[in-house]
Amino acid sequence: MHYEAPIREPLIIGDKSYHDITVDVARPIETAPPRSWWIVFSISLAMFLYGVGCILYTIGTGIGVWGLNKTVGWAWDITNFVWWVGIGHAGTLISAVLLLFKQKWRMSINRSAEAMTIFSVIQAALFPGIHMGRIWLAYFVFPIPNQLGSLWPNFNSPLLWDVFAISTYFSVSTVFWYVGLIPDFAAIRDRAVRPVTKHVYKILSFGWGGKAKHWQRFEEVSLVLAGLATPLVLSVHTIVSMDFATSVIPGWHTTIFPPYFVAGAIFSGFAMVQTLLIIMRKLFKLEDYITIQHIEMMNIIIMVTGSIVGVAYITELFIAWYSGVEYEQYAFLNRATGPYKWAYWSMMFCNVFSPQFMWSKKLRTSIMFTFFISIVVNIGMWFERFVIIVTSLHRDYLPSSWSMFSPTFVDVGIFLGTIGFFFVLFLLYARTFPVIAQAELKTILKSSGENYKKLHEQHGDH
Amino acid sequence: MATTESKQIIRALYDDDDVILKAVKDTRAKGYHVNEVYSPFPIHGLDHAMGLKPTRIAIAAFLYGLTGLIVAIVMTWGMMNADWPQNIGGKPSMTWIQNMPAFVPIMFELTVFFAAHAMVWTYFAVNKLYPGADAQNPDPRTTDDKFLMEVPVKGDRDELIEFLKSSGAIEINEVTENA
Repeated sequence: MHYEAPIREPLIIGDKSYHDITVDVARPIETAPPRSWWIVFSISLAMFLYGVGCILYTIGTGIGVWGLNKTVGWAWDITNFVWWVGIGHAGTLISAVLLLFKQKWRMSINRSAEAMTIFSVIQAALFPGIHMGRIWLAYFVFPIPNQLGSLWPNFNSPLLWDVFAISTYFSVSTVFWYVGLIPDFAAIRDRAVRPVTKHVYKILSFGWGGKAKHWQRFEEVSLVLAGLATPLVLSVHTIVSMDFATSVIPGWHTTIFPPYFVAGAIFSGFAMVQTLLIIMRKLFKLEDYITIQHIEMMNIIIMVTGSIVGVAYITELFIAWYSGVEYEQYAFLNRATGPYKWAYWSMMFCNVFSPQFMWSKKLRTSIMFTFFISIVVNIGMWFERFVIIVTSLHRDYLPSSWSMFSPTFVDVGIFLGTIGFFFVLFLLYARTFPVIAQAELKTILKSSGENYKKLHEQHGDH
Repeated sequence: MATTESKQIIRALYDDDDVILKAVKDTRAKGYHVNEVYSPFPIHGLDHAMGLKPTRIAIAAFLYGLTGLIVAIVMTWGMMNADWPQNIGGKPSMTWIQNMPAFVPIMFELTVFFAAHAMVWTYFAVNKLYPGADAQNPDPRTTDDKFLMEVPVKGDRDELIEFLKSSGAIEINEVTENA
C-alpha cells in the first residue's frame, strides 16, 4: 500500500500525525504576528508607498523622468518586468511540472511557491502599464469593439502576445492556487474559534466538505491544470523573450531566446523560492516539513538550470563568432569589453560560476550557503536582463545613434517599490493563508514521514 | 416502517485512512450502500472502492480548450484579415494562413485560458462550491484527521452498528434525515 524504496529520505521529519500537520500549518494563522513581522511589514510598506509615489510622479510628469533616451527606449522598466515574470515561473514549475513528474517533495513548498508566482506576476504586470507614455489609453490593447469603426489591436506584435500571455498566466495560476487552497481553508474554518475568523474562512473555503466525489474531481482538476500550466509556463516566458527575439536588433535577434529565457526564469525563480523558504521555515518553525532535502533538491534544479543558462551564453558567443555578421560580433564584443562590461561580467560570475558550487554536497546542503547563492543568482539574473536589453540597444547599427544609459532615482524607486509591494503581499499571505498544502502533505505522511518509514523498516510492508 | 428505516443514517468515524478504505470495501461487500465518505485528504483508491464513476471533467476541459482555439482563430482572422487587411510591417494580410505563425501565441494562450477557467467553473458548479456556502461536512473533525463514512440503515440497525464497530470505527452516530 505505502511501499517506498528504503533509499528515499523522509520528507516529513519527526513523529508527526495528521493532526500535527494541521496544527503546525494553522499556527501562523491562529497566533498574532511577532514584532519582527511588523518591522519587516512596515519597511516593505514604506518601500511600496515610495514606489507608488514614483509611479504617480512618472505618470503625472512623463516618462522623461526616467533615464531612458532616444536610443535606449527600454531599460529598467522592461528589465524589471522580465525579472519579475521570471521569478514567478518557479511557482508554476513546482506546482505543475513537479506534479506531472510525481515529485512528492513539491508538496510542502508548492503553496508558497505559487503565492510567490502570483505576487511577482502582479509586480511584473505593473511595468507594461507604467512604462506606457499614455497609460490612460492602455485599454486599447484589448480587442474590444469600439466607436472607431471598431479599431482592433495588431496581432503581429509580441507586446500584444504579452498581454494575452501575462493575463492568462496570472489568472490561470490564481485559480490553480485557489483550487488547492479550498480544502486547506476548510481545515482552518473547521478549527476556527473566533466567529469573525470562522466567517472569513467560511467564505474563502466555498463550503468544502471533502466528499469522496469532490476529492476525485479535485485530483483530476489538479492534474489537468498542471498539464495546462506546464506548457503555459513555457509559453509565457517564450512570448516575453519574443519581445526581443523577433526584433532586428543584433544581440536580440536570436532563436535561442525562448528556451534560454525559460531556463533563466526557472533558475531565478527557484533562487527566490530558496530565499523566501529559508527564512519562512525558520520563522514559522516548519523545519520538519521544509527539510534540508527540499533545499538540496531545489539547489540541484538551480544547478541544472544554471548550467543550461551557461550553455546558452556559450552558444550565443559561438554563433556570434560563427555567423560572420559584424554587427552581431560587435554586440558581443561590446558586452564583454564595452562600457557595460561590469554588468556583463557580474552577470557571468553570478549565473555561470556561482551555481557550479552546487556540485558539492557539502555546499548544497548548507543553508547559509544556499541563502547566499540564492541572492547572488537573483542579482545575476537581473543583470542578465539588463545586459541583454541595454547593451544591445545602446550600440547597434548606426554609430551616430550610440549612447549610454543611466537610471534616475525614479527608475530605482519604482523597482524598490515593486520589491516592497511583493513583500507586503507575501507577508500578508504568510499570516492569513495556510502556507503548506496540508491536505496534500497528509497524503504522503505514511509513505514519506520519518516515523512511518521507521515502522516500515522494523515491520516490513504490511 | 420501511420508509422510516430508510431515513436512518449511521455515521461511522474513523481515524485512519487505511482502516476506512478497508471498511468501505467490506461494507459494500456486505451489501450495504455507502452514501458518502468525508476525508481530510484524497484517499488513493477510495473512489474505486466506493464504486464511483470516473469524472468526465477532463473531457469537458478538452472541449473548452477547443472552443478557445476556435475563438482565437475566428478573432484573428476577423480582425486581421476580414475587417482591416492592412500592411503592417510587410506582413502578409491577404489570407489568414499566410500570417498564421504570428497568431500561434494568441491561439495557444486562448486555448489554455478557456480550458483552465471553464473547467474550474465547472468544477465549482458540479461540487456546489461557492463563496459563503455552508460547510458540506457534517463533522468539523473530517478536515483535520478524522474520516467519516455515512451508511443508510438497511435491515437490522444493530447488526450494522456492530459491523461498523468491528470494522474499526471509533465513534458511531445515528441521524435521521428530514426527507
